[in-house]
Amino acid sequence: MIERIKTFVARYGALLLTLVIFLSVYFAGGQLYPAMRKPQVFFNLFINDSSLLLVSIGMTMVILSGGGGIDLSVGGMIALVSTASAALLRAGVSPFIVLPLMIVMGVALGALMGWIIQSLKVQPFIATLMGLFFTRGMAYIISLTSVTITNDVYRTFALTPIHIPFISKAYIYPTTLVGPIMLIVAIYLSFFTRFGRTIYAMGNNEQSAMLMGLPVARTKILVYAFSGLCSALAGIVFSMSLLAGYGQFATGMELDAIASVVIGGTSLSGGVGNVIGTLFGVLIHGTIVSILQFNGTLSSWWTRIGVGVLTLIAIGIQSIFSVKTKRS
Amino acid sequence: MKQTTFLKKIRESQLFWPLVAWALILLFNAIVAPGFFKLGIIEDPVYGKRLYGNLVDIFNNGAPLMLVAIGMTLVIATGGVDLSVGAVIAISAAMGAVLINPALGNQLITNDILTRNATNTPLPIIILADLAAGTLCGLWNGLLVSRAKIQPMVATLILMVAGRGIAQLITNGQIMTIYYTPYFWFGNGYILGLPVSIYIVTAVLLLAWLLVRKTAIGLFIESVGINTKSTYYSGINEKNVKLLAYTFCGFCGAIAGLILSSYVHSADGNNNGLNYELDAILSVVMGGTLMTGGRFSLLASVIGAVVIWTFTVTVYSLGVPANALLAAKAVLVLLVILLYSDYSRRLTNRLFERRGSQHDRAN
Repeated sequence: MIERIKTFVARYGALLLTLVIFLSVYFAGGQLYPAMRKPQVFFNLFINDSSLLLVSIGMTMVILSGGGGIDLSVGGMIALVSTASAALLRAGVSPFIVLPLMIVMGVALGALMGWIIQSLKVQPFIATLMGLFFTRGMAYIISLTSVTITNDVYRTFALTPIHIPFISKAYIYPTTLVGPIMLIVAIYLSFFTRFGRTIYAMGNNEQSAMLMGLPVARTKILVYAFSGLCSALAGIVFSMSLLAGYGQFATGMELDAIASVVIGGTSLSGGVGNVIGTLFGVLIHGTIVSILQFNGTLSSWWTRIGVGVLTLIAIGIQSIFSVKTKRS
Repeated sequence: MKQTTFLKKIRESQLFWPLVAWALILLFNAIVAPGFFKLGIIEDPVYGKRLYGNLVDIFNNGAPLMLVAIGMTLVIATGGVDLSVGAVIAISAAMGAVLINPALGNQLITNDILTRNATNTPLPIIILADLAAGTLCGLWNGLLVSRAKIQPMVATLILMVAGRGIAQLITNGQIMTIYYTPYFWFGNGYILGLPVSIYIVTAVLLLAWLLVRKTAIGLFIESVGINTKSTYYSGINEKNVKLLAYTFCGFCGAIAGLILSSYVHSADGNNNGLNYELDAILSVVMGGTLMTGGRFSLLASVIGAVVIWTFTVTVYSLGVPANALLAAKAVLVLLVILLYSDYSRRLTNRLFERRGSQHDRAN
């Protein structure tokens, strides 16, 4: 029994501790600011961080696939998708054409980056850096200023509250649901499919995965395409929630996403971690932001310092657990 | 036969590809905008006679990037990466601006006190404080990487995220304008008609070169980058080698921050040195140093930084809006990727070798 508990702690300890950190930060906030105890505050975390959650899910998969995998283009993709869709809608294109088009664009750009990484043997850092420059630059080429969206379909999606059953005065928006749905998809993909197992195998040791006959090349391209899909969805959610498109949207979101993934217990060397941890990483980020908002006198830069300190703590915890797993 | 080895030697030099890239951009300018190369001498009211022209601007504006690229080269050569240089630039700039601020400690802050051409702290102390702040940041990164054994990307990510917050904390969230004219010398001054920043870059490059090529440190850095474990087993203190590389990178970032804030006459925690880490990594990669570590060339990285700034100035002089520059940069990165990929390497090797064998036959 004790052995079982030990292995359980060694395996899921990092995840549990992330959960504990989230709960303690959240309840500390509740103690400090009674208004934070309202259930709506919890749902606001999902509403405000829905695009960060989406982007982080894609980032988790990329980082899990190992080989220095990282996707720096996510923030740029949000800017490009929001600007392109706003411009297309302004030109009178139906949103039911725009939405699939944006998703196809995201997947295609992601797959292209994956292909460059896989077949030209380029460092993911450099290839996705190019993706960041390209997407943000294209967003500025489409429009140098912010483009507002007046489309009715977008407005309904953005402004219709869905009330949460059994909890009074708690609501979310339809766009909020995209993140959790993709989370479930990602959990299914990573734990219950061959694709997911290949990602973990690659992340642990790419060479042995290849020697085992796993489709490493295809999986790598697919992983980046998946991240492209997530960022495109995040871009759509972002543009819906702000009802605008602008090249300056989501600057530095790639960093927030990487920090969330790391706080969530995923190792940057790949193969260790999961998307559930990432969810809590994102929620911790959101909680810090809302504590600062409730405080009102603290300035916005404390968010960054807070995220930095939490990343450090998360890594400290991870290294303790990785030592334990190695010993056992 | 002799010619082939000579050609091969040139081709295998790390300086070859960045120089080719630079030559291509300059050639493009020579065809499209011949006015690009115009140099002239102008009488400056403060600094006397000085050179002006696009080429001078490239070296003057590119100086911070070149400095950061020098530090980054050493870090990348150890197999790491330093994402925090942009934040270090911001911290160093903020430090300088705060120490200069004549309103610091004044009870009554009025506009004419704020905008006075005066300083709160003597200039040498400001410089020392700037450099100390940056070096401390580098030391922090180095300790996290070498002692706490955190992956370099994560370890420096912490300071990258938190550093801009710290810079804003130092300036209290304000964009501080600097009115103290002696401080402007670093970014705008001239010695013998050439910008001061060029001399600073040369000095730092020389210092780094002496450090890595005239002592064994360069060899240690390369061996850490190639194989950390075997370096450790051969009795080299690999921790201190890494620590030195990161600390030096922080030091370079601090000088870059000093020049940058002096050039733009202000300190802005959010925007000082924005994306410099990315540009610096790009310059190093362009200089032929692999991101996995190992062989490196400081001069090649500096030329990489020059290529990036030449490209930037070229794009601006073509009339492309500043924001669309990013898209043009993407094209540049794509070209670099293609140029450095295994395919093109093999292709050029084959081309040159075929020609070489023809030479052999002719001889």
